[in-house]
Amino acid sequence: MTHQDQPHLLSYWQLAVVLAILLVLTIVTVGVSYVDLGFFNVPLALAIACTKVSLVLLFFMHLKYEGPIITLSFIGTVVFLVIMIGFTFWDVAFR
Amino acid sequence: MTDRIDQDGIKIGMWLFLYSEIILFGGLFVLYAAYFHRYPEFFAAGGLELDRLFGAANTVVLLVSSFTVAASITALRLGKKGQCIGLLLFSLFCGVIFLVNKYFEWGAKFARDLFPNSETLTSGEPGLNIFFGLYYIITGLHGIHVIIGMILLAVSLVWVMTGRINANRFSMLDNSGLYWHLVDLIWIFVFPLFYLVL
Repeated sequence: MTHQDQPHLLSYWQLAVVLAILLVLTIVTVGVSYVDLGFFNVPLALAIACTKVSLVLLFFMHLKYEGPIITLSFIGTVVFLVIMIGFTFWDVAFR
Repeated sequence: MTDRIDQDGIKIGMWLFLYSEIILFGGLFVLYAAYFHRYPEFFAAGGLELDRLFGAANTVVLLVSSFTVAASITALRLGKKGQCIGLLLFSLFCGVIFLVNKYFEWGAKFARDLFPNSETLTSGEPGLNIFFGLYYIITGLHGIHVIIGMILLAVSLVWVMTGRINANRFSMLDNSGLYWHLVDLIWIFVFPLFYLVL
């Protein structure tokens, strides 16, 4: 293992910026929950959650800087989840 | 045979394990989605029993701890062993805060007769019963994962102190960090699903 293929290193500053965005999104999602948007409250909360999850994955978990094996296998897992949750919900919703 | 350690392979193995954990909790979220669709008003009523600010505080605690864990790896790789140790200690402290909050939250529910097989739940609306069943299973399983994550981080902390984990060989810390971030990811979804669905 030479030092050339040392994995990418995120600086404290970069990590702190990601944390700041995550904290802002948390405040937003809690704030929005006090406003009655009817049907849209749940999808909006979930959309913000997905954004937060993406930030943690890409930066804290380094997924942005990983190779194709990890990136593609992760996307595969997401596809699996989408099918498992989506198709089940699709079935249940139309009974 | 040379004594080579395949750090990339170790990392891929950890990610594969994380996928299984993701699918585990994904399955529980499927249950949630199906029953939420069936009993929306009771899920909303259940959500009102939960304290949004407690949940938000726990979210903040885990997000900060994810930052400190990620920063601890940066510190180690920049040769700042002392900072690494401090950051890991703080991360463990965050885990303790999370678990203590969980104790207070669950305690408050127990006091209101809202626990598995309690009178209020078994004789009340099935939708409310299912909401709390899912609440205890999912937050309980998540809490177990917090404890496991803390054990992994504690072992990593000791190994950093003894030098077994160092800037050239840090897969254990890296993977423990990945597990801890996964715990954070799960909570990021749990929080809106239980606390904000009202």
